[in-house]
Amino acid sequence: METLLALLVGFLTAAGIYMMLNLNLVRFMFGLVLISNAANFTILAAGRYEGAVPALVPEGLKTVTTSVANGLPQALILTAIVISFGILAFSVVLILRTYQELGTVRSDRMRIADTTDYAPKATAPDGQGASEVAGS
Amino acid sequence: MAQFAEPASAHDDTHAAATGKRLRKLVAVTALPAVLTLIFLSLTPSIAGGDILRWAMPWFPGLGVSLSLYVDGLGLLFALLISGIGVVVFSYASVYMEHYAFNTRFFIVLTLFMLSMLGVVLSDNIITLFVFWELTTITSYLLIGFTHDEAKSRYSALQALLVTGLGGLAMLAGLILLGLIGGSFELSDLRAGTVDIREHGLYGAILALVLIGCFTKSAQFPFHFWLPNAMAAPTPVSAYLHSATMVKAGIYLMARLHPTLGGTDGWVWALTLAGGITAVMSSVWSLYQRDLKQVLAWTTIMGLGTLTLMLGGGDKYAVMGAMTFLVVHCLYKATLFLAVGAIDHATHTRDRDELSGLRRAMPKVFALSVAAALSMAGLPPFIGFIGKEVMYEGALHAATLPALVAGFALAANAMMIGAAGIVAVAPFIGPERSWPAPPHDPPLAMWLGPAVLGTLGLLMGLLPFWLADPLIGPATSAVYGSPVSVHLALWHGINLPLLLSLATFALGYACWHFRAPIRAALERTAARVPLTAEQGYDHALAGVKAFAAWQTRVLQHGSLRGYLGTIFATIVILTGWSLVRGNVLPMQTNLLDATGFAWAAALLIVAGTATAIVANSRLTAICALGAVGVGTAMLFAVHGAVDVALTQVLIDILFVILLAIALLELPPLDRFRPRLSLANGFAAVVSLAIGALMTVILISITSLPLDTRITEYYEAMSVPAAHGRNIVNVILVDFRALDTLGEIAVIALAGLAAYALISLRQKTLTARRDDDGSVQ
Repeated sequence: METLLALLVGFLTAAGIYMMLNLNLVRFMFGLVLISNAANFTILAAGRYEGAVPALVPEGLKTVTTSVANGLPQALILTAIVISFGILAFSVVLILRTYQELGTVRSDRMRIADTTDYAPKATAPDGQGASEVAGS
Repeated sequence: MAQFAEPASAHDDTHAAATGKRLRKLVAVTALPAVLTLIFLSLTPSIAGGDILRWAMPWFPGLGVSLSLYVDGLGLLFALLISGIGVVVFSYASVYMEHYAFNTRFFIVLTLFMLSMLGVVLSDNIITLFVFWELTTITSYLLIGFTHDEAKSRYSALQALLVTGLGGLAMLAGLILLGLIGGSFELSDLRAGTVDIREHGLYGAILALVLIGCFTKSAQFPFHFWLPNAMAAPTPVSAYLHSATMVKAGIYLMARLHPTLGGTDGWVWALTLAGGITAVMSSVWSLYQRDLKQVLAWTTIMGLGTLTLMLGGGDKYAVMGAMTFLVVHCLYKATLFLAVGAIDHATHTRDRDELSGLRRAMPKVFALSVAAALSMAGLPPFIGFIGKEVMYEGALHAATLPALVAGFALAANAMMIGAAGIVAVAPFIGPERSWPAPPHDPPLAMWLGPAVLGTLGLLMGLLPFWLADPLIGPATSAVYGSPVSVHLALWHGINLPLLLSLATFALGYACWHFRAPIRAALERTAARVPLTAEQGYDHALAGVKAFAAWQTRVLQHGSLRGYLGTIFATIVILTGWSLVRGNVLPMQTNLLDATGFAWAAALLIVAGTATAIVANSRLTAICALGAVGVGTAMLFAVHGAVDVALTQVLIDILFVILLAIALLELPPLDRFRPRLSLANGFAAVVSLAIGALMTVILISITSLPLDTRITEYYEAMSVPAAHGRNIVNVILVDFRALDTLGEIAVIALAGLAAYALISLRQKTLTARRDDDGSVQ
């Protein structure tokens, strides 16, 4: 069972990174989703497969008596799922706002901070201001 | 101006008040150096008797760093020069600096400088010494750049800081090596220590690093160029830092380390060549300068070169020559600097072509200049003559090539005579000129100190044992490493040093007499120098800036894909490399025990992922990601992780809704058209490689036995300690509650940040509307 998870993790990581290397930030975000899933599976696999019995102490007993699933990685994954959702939600808003400000979702066209190369070409009323503005 | 309209009595009151204020200032700034001088003077008899004063306080005991002071003959000689010349310079500056802004700042920094300098020469611990050393660099930076509204001052200050600071770093490396090899960071232990550093394999490195520090600080060729530029400082600073004290720090350290590091071929050659070349080169260029302060700056470099040359010789006469010349140089150089400052103060020029005939207008300055110049030229009966005689004696006793050392000294001394004439005699003789304001002698505070120094030069020449027994002798012994009895006298009989002195006078007179043609010749030469050391510095600085710009362009290229690609490729290379190099990992596969349900979930995930990659429509992509989430939840359920599966489904729904809303506002996806481009191929290779790495690592990890102690603890304690039967929930809200709190904080922060981003939009839109009346 762990091998199946390992293969899935490899596949999800590869797909996630491939999409994160895309210039389109929407695809980048999809890649982030996939990589989060891969990370959760990694934790799950590290805790080993112990059958499908949930980690519950039966009524009336002090502790578990039969083999149950490993509860520790599950707790960690729960935390991880929620946090990755937080990150994704923030990225969605960030990309949305970036698009509204800059009019693009392509990371290679976001050059507003690079003032030397991509200074906004303001046109002066007399029509010859562009080069002067860029030069100043 | 308003004073003229006031009654005479009021004018007198103002005058008296001004005088009182001047006096208070004079006393205030001179008190500390004066007290220090008296303290050091009172120590002289016991130190001369062979005592050594020590005082130590642990600072960083674990690192062997202590705040330890050590006063022996060498330290005391330097300390006396620093504090004694300090008295003169401080009192002089109290008048000279009147027309400058920020006097308080000036005197604070100058005092800090004096104390740091005393720290350098009295520290026994080499790390403490280094700290004081760098404090002198920093205070010197502030003083050279004191008139910071002038670009030249800022440039010179930065240059001095960079050159001496970089040298200081090299020195620190050398000193640390020295301390580690010698087994102690105390200089006194190193001198007395059993380890002979000179035999150690790293001796060459230590010597080179320490000497770089000394040479930069003491302006030895090819690091000399910062010193003439440092003349941008106010003249009292130049007189104090750049002739009498700070630049002597390198000399001090070479003298101090002489018993520990000196005497080897490397030491002798490095010091002889650097010192000799520096002395001759700078004395030649001193004849070329127009600005009197520049003439003095270059002769200072000459003095430093001569001291280095003498310390290279290593013989006791050479050391004695160095110590004597140290005192001689401090006395005449400070005097001359202060005299030039007085001329500048009175005439507002230091150009040697514009100055002549001042003897009648400034008789006092003329007298003390001539006294200092005679000492500088080495004429009897001034102390300078004795200094020169001892120096020749030392040169002739040099271990290697005495003729070369004596030749260097002879050439430099002869040109010194010319330079002394140019600075101290030429401005006062010749035709008188008309000045906008008639020049006059400076007030008492400005001429008394230099006059005392000039008189001392004469007195010590007449009564040399005053100097020899209490100061030169103990200092020479400390440098030489064993007691030396020093006997200084004007007349030693007819011997080789005397003949060399006579030759010096003849050559020196020629330098003075032919000063105009010499200067013309030097002017022609200067035009033909292909690369000066200063241009080298400028080129190096420009190179550093160009390199910084280049590497910023390469590293900070602004492409997100580039950054991520670099990070991921690094992961592949480093992780892959350690996997390949590491031991063979166990690889046990167990695909067969996976249930059909698990396979179905895995297939759903794979199909969803593949669809998300190639999707051209936003809606398809969202659905595909939703399917991946469902598959993930299914796999969690297979593992008995019911809570996780539930959460995954809920979060999945939330995420799909959020994404659907957001994507409505975002542009449609561009078509997925993977082309065979370099970037695309790189992305494919890197992502496949990381995927494969993850699979391999995870299979190896799960093939190893699992330590389940923590899980067992939680299972055992869940009911008794936390009264909960759902172990996963108990871990979250009880055993690892702090973790969960952190998680909640992250979510809250993400929500806040998202809210801020959204609300920011309203404000910017409003602001823009206000700015140019239109919404962009």
